[in-house]
Amino acid sequence: MKLRRTMLYVPGNNPNMVKDAHIYRSDSVMFDLEDSVSVREKDSARFLIFHALRCIDYEHTETVVRINGLDTPFGRDDVEAMVRARPDIIRLPKTEKPEDIELIDELITKVEKKSGVEVGSIKLFAAIESARGVVNAYRIASSSERLVGIAFGAEDFVTNLHTHRSKPGTELFTARQEILLAARAAGLHAVDTVFSDITDDEGFREEVQLIKNMGYDGKSVINPRQVGIVHSIYMPSVQEIKTARKIIRAIERAEAEGSGVVAVDGKMIDKPVVDRSRHTLELARASGIYLDEIEEEESNA
Amino acid sequence: MELIRTGKAGTLESSDVLISVRTNPENTVEIKLKSIVEKRFGTHIRELVQHILKEMQVSSAIVDVDDRSALDCVIRARLQTALYRAAGIQKYPWEELQ
Repeated sequence: MKLRRTMLYVPGNNPNMVKDAHIYRSDSVMFDLEDSVSVREKDSARFLIFHALRCIDYEHTETVVRINGLDTPFGRDDVEAMVRARPDIIRLPKTEKPEDIELIDELITKVEKKSGVEVGSIKLFAAIESARGVVNAYRIASSSERLVGIAFGAEDFVTNLHTHRSKPGTELFTARQEILLAARAAGLHAVDTVFSDITDDEGFREEVQLIKNMGYDGKSVINPRQVGIVHSIYMPSVQEIKTARKIIRAIERAEAEGSGVVAVDGKMIDKPVVDRSRHTLELARASGIYLDEIEEEESNA
Repeated sequence: MELIRTGKAGTLESSDVLISVRTNPENTVEIKLKSIVEKRFGTHIRELVQHILKEMQVSSAIVDVDDRSALDCVIRARLQTALYRAAGIQKYPWEELQ
């Protein structure tokens, strides 16, 4: 199971942050060639990330590069360089329509073919950051086999909406819901927008809890100290894990006995409950929780 | 590659390197290195810079390297950026770059 609870932004022209990007244990690191790099340094950031990806072992951390838009003078050269550097994912900013994804897919395929990279091996993330993008969310999400996720970018979105971000995030509800529905309908991951005030841990926790409850797989984060907070909120509780194990065991037993109907603690267990239980256990394993230890505690109790 | 102006890239921040290149009237390669790890890595950095210049077919250059413990891949990235800037080239041969 691939987790994308945290996608950590790393400014693409900062070698100190680029070389240590993975030590904070975010699920993904996203090297940014776009907004965090000034126009005068686009070339140097591109060279830096090109060589860093070919030289540094980021271990199990997923590597993502946010390139410049294909409507800028930098986007196509970013694709030429980055495909050869082989990040796991290229993230396209400001995606507004399926044609944006079709175009970048075509460009990536061309470079993969001429550089000997397996065609289709580099995946795509589409960032939706405008009203038009939200309206086209499902068409975007279903426009390419390369897509593995949709990211929501709220800063540009609220500007486009002629408003600003508020703490409760009421201005973002529809967009968050639309993007999540589009991602799920297309079988993709959904990653929420950044929370910019790194001093407001309480506000950050509330927002992470909100997007987790909505169904989001994770959040883009701008500071390493936000990583642990997100992971702790996404970690299943011991009780959730125990219940999930009980349900999976009951299902396995029923399957072995050829029984069709399963009840646990007086409640009938159907497929969605089983799927949720499996997801909880996978999340627990991926979070580094030792299920055997929990089982041992249970049997000793 | 012909250098037509001074090209600079990088910063003096930790783990980075500031590199400046320009053509050398003596028609040779001259490397001026300052590094906080020169005692241990000075020879290695000089050899790396020489090697990259050779790869990029630069035979006449004065190269100022002000190193802040940059990884080899950072030195490579900054030197290539500085060289392309100095040569006035904006179309990069990614398929050939090492």
